[in-house]
Amino acid sequence: MSLILIAEQVLNGLQFGIMLFLMAAGLTLIFGVMGLINLAHGSLYMVGAFCAAAVAAATGSFALGLVAALAGAAAAGALIELVVIRRLYDRDHLDQVLATFALILIFSEGTRWVFGSFPLYLDVPPALAGPVALPFGIQYPLYRLALIVIGLVVAAGLFWLIARTRIGVQIRAGENDREMIAALGVDIDRLYTFVFALGAALAGLAGALVGAIQSVQVGMGEPVLILAFVTIVIGGIGSIKGALIGALLVGLTETLGSVFLPELFKLFMAPAAATQTGASLSSMAIYILMAMVLIWRPTGLFGARA
Amino acid sequence: MNFKTLAKTVAMGGAVCAALATAAAAEVKVGMITTLSGGGAGLGIDVRDGFLLALEQSGRDDIEVVIEDDQRKPDVAVQLADKLVQSEKVDVLTGIIWSNLAMAVVPSVTAQGKFYLSPNAGPSQLAGRGCHPNYFNVAWQNDAYHEAAGAYAAADGSKKAFVLAPNYPAGQDAITGFKRGFGGEIAAEVYTKLGQTDYAAEIAQIRASDADILYYFLPGGMGISFMKQYSGSGAEVPVIGPAFSFDQGILGAIGDAALGVKNTAHWSKDLDVPGNAEFVASFSEKYGRLPSIYAAQGFDTALLLVSATAAADVTDADAFRAALKAADFQSVRGAFKFADNHHPIQTIYMREVIKEGDVVTNRLVGPAAEDYADPYGVDCKM
Amino acid sequence: MSREAVFNLVVLAGLVALPLYAHLSDAPFTITLATRAVILSLAAVGLNIALGIGGLVSLGHAVFFGVGGYAMGILAFHAQTYAPLMEWPFVVEGTKSMPVIWLVAVVFSALVALGIGLLSLRTSGVYFIMITLAFGQMFYYFAISWSAYGGEDGMSIYVRNGFPGLNTLVPVQFYGLCLVLLCAALAFNAVLLRSPFGLALNAARQVPDRVRAVGLDPFRLRLLAFVISGAITGLAGALFADLNRFVSPTMFSWQLSGEFIVFIIIGGTARLFGPVAGAVLFVALEHFLGGVSDYWHIWFGLLLLGVVLFGRGGLIGVIAGRGRGHD
Repeated sequence: MSLILIAEQVLNGLQFGIMLFLMAAGLTLIFGVMGLINLAHGSLYMVGAFCAAAVAAATGSFALGLVAALAGAAAAGALIELVVIRRLYDRDHLDQVLATFALILIFSEGTRWVFGSFPLYLDVPPALAGPVALPFGIQYPLYRLALIVIGLVVAAGLFWLIARTRIGVQIRAGENDREMIAALGVDIDRLYTFVFALGAALAGLAGALVGAIQSVQVGMGEPVLILAFVTIVIGGIGSIKGALIGALLVGLTETLGSVFLPELFKLFMAPAAATQTGASLSSMAIYILMAMVLIWRPTGLFGARA
Repeated sequence: MNFKTLAKTVAMGGAVCAALATAAAAEVKVGMITTLSGGGAGLGIDVRDGFLLALEQSGRDDIEVVIEDDQRKPDVAVQLADKLVQSEKVDVLTGIIWSNLAMAVVPSVTAQGKFYLSPNAGPSQLAGRGCHPNYFNVAWQNDAYHEAAGAYAAADGSKKAFVLAPNYPAGQDAITGFKRGFGGEIAAEVYTKLGQTDYAAEIAQIRASDADILYYFLPGGMGISFMKQYSGSGAEVPVIGPAFSFDQGILGAIGDAALGVKNTAHWSKDLDVPGNAEFVASFSEKYGRLPSIYAAQGFDTALLLVSATAAADVTDADAFRAALKAADFQSVRGAFKFADNHHPIQTIYMREVIKEGDVVTNRLVGPAAEDYADPYGVDCKM
Repeated sequence: MSREAVFNLVVLAGLVALPLYAHLSDAPFTITLATRAVILSLAAVGLNIALGIGGLVSLGHAVFFGVGGYAMGILAFHAQTYAPLMEWPFVVEGTKSMPVIWLVAVVFSALVALGIGLLSLRTSGVYFIMITLAFGQMFYYFAISWSAYGGEDGMSIYVRNGFPGLNTLVPVQFYGLCLVLLCAALAFNAVLLRSPFGLALNAARQVPDRVRAVGLDPFRLRLLAFVISGAITGLAGALFADLNRFVSPTMFSWQLSGEFIVFIIIGGTARLFGPVAGAVLFVALEHFLGGVSDYWHIWFGLLLLGVVLFGRGGLIGVIAGRGRGHD
């Protein structure tokens, strides 16, 4: 196996990880600030992808599609926060799991009702189509490279927002002591709606970006949701830094595992059995990773005490 | 007695019976279990719409259809089958899309003496040792598309194939089927996670390999994701696949990325056989979309049912079975007959993805395997 | 007698009377539906021991359901193909006998629960929810790629397994068997609640420090509760497999784990009959709403949302008022 292939697979793992971070960041923010488990986060990802596909199909512009994804997901997020989520902050996790589980059902079937049962079309914009030559003779899809860049920019922006802005101060204060910031006169309701809509917009953005190279269909959010949960649990729930590290770990494990585990087994097994066993094991790899991290550090890599 | 004479005898007998039966035609009750909600709903909806269209055109009002949604869950499908058999007391069941659901439902309903007409799934178990006199597959045995594609690739001069499928039984069968037809060298055999959406890692492997043909079986959303990513990767290994990844329902979502891809199917909308153009026109008119292979399969399933009920009374199981076996209907795929294991003997065609105006669709290239019969029939004892 | 006790009796009477009525009026499918409800109730009763008393929100209980199901599937598969399960170090044959299958299902799901519990009970709160979810996914993907036992296709068992003295193929007899097991589990649950163990477990949920102060180890209490809980859910899995005469990896899916929680909540958390009321209601809604609209998930989701937001205490809470339920 050549070094070029390995380098390319590492890039693939990074790209996957970065997109996962967009999902995980919102999830972990919402948990960190409001203490809420949101199973419906995957639905917001789906909403973003569908908005992008619908608008891109109507206008022919991918950029407008992205704007629509951000706006649509943020609006959907704000709406469910105002109508449903708001009533769940002081409930136990059980009620939150259940209510957001109900939201998944409503979103999935609602989307199918509006858009029909067939996958929608959303393609990479022509300007970003095709491969690009990187140093050392690596040919890499330009769009995936763009995803890495966009993801890193958004991540940097998020860190800046939290470290340097007034709203970031409120978010950090909210993570530490919810009663206190209310007492200091911050409009806590507005802060919560903002954080939720921000998380939703990030998920919607991820959905639209990834939707261009995947299938825009009902139910696309759930597999990503579970991966995003694995990510934030590994990183430590509530920690943006943890989400980034966790996302990269999951992305690399998933990508490299599926390529190298079968190769590894071929060293001491018959090729057919090795591909089978390797494929089986690699599909469980990230869950094994998560279990190991939690056994070693029960609150994740960067988690505060639970 | 060879097949043809048997078929003729039965058909003649059937015609006599039909004349008698129309006078006192018993109501036929059909139970359709198919996927109408959730991710895979597109396929079930197509089968249902095709089936109902044929029934409507036949003008038969003595066939009652009860439609149920299995949500693609095997346990729900089993429960619905119990309901249709026990409480609706249907005579014939049909509709199931997925092999694993068919495996859960078919053995038990046929054991209870009901007829089952498969409009889509054709697992090898039901074609071989697990075959049953009351089970008829109107679509294809699962291997058909794959084996035909392998044969076509070999005949087309490909020497070394890269094969890719999800790591589950249908995926393993697909690769086995392709290899059986291909017979050439395999560059690599890669199994992916079921439901996987990102194929960057696999695509890098394909580019690094020296294969001269890529065969992949990734049904539904998996295939959409793969093809979009593959076409943007700069990889140049030509692609061949089964129609499941390039059918009308999903071509719209893949778009131009699929253009030029060859895929195998038993039917194509431009196939020049009697009735096909009318089917395509009436389906498009009624539902506002082009028919898919699933719609064609649903349509054929209903035609078979209508032909058999016209020839024999469903309460007379032996006569009805013979009427089904005779397959006395004009399939939209052209020539059609049942092998002894009640699976089709039919030509599998090669199609190519093209653009007609703004619509991405398939065009017929030519036969990939003529009079294909699956290899499992030898194990079928009935 | 409290209103809750009256309600419980009515539910129980309904579970006995309805299938008998269906049997006499020759509506076997009603019995099949009722059997499904009873088996899902049993699974949720199992979960309720961990969740209701122990406060352990497990989003991975489908693992035990699946293990029980596969115990049935594998044993019956080997019996139906006359191939021994293993030949070394000693020969193990498959079996079609329900009591043996139940025993195997209970033992194996308890062992799996012990393993998962030892690892995941080190965490708590959200982390516990997530790690149980992860274990569920692990088993799910393992089952999908385990081609020896059908992989994603699952396995069909052509004839329902037997129970000495009964004809389990007659729907009402199999139903009776399931109902007896459900009642046994409910009785066990009721005894458990009043036992020193149940009280200590309850206390470990509410005031773990005090439990520690009197010399009990909350970790061990929770682990034992988790194992018992897993074993009961595993038994339900074996019955469910026998009801459908089919097992597949969907028995491990996280959506199913979610549905178990749904049963408990819509019935009433920490009520003895909560899981039963919830599962019966769920099966009935699935049946009737599914017939009304293709998009019934929307209506079901809205209903569920309503229960969580406004109908706290679930069905029993609404009918019987605030009783012994926690918080």
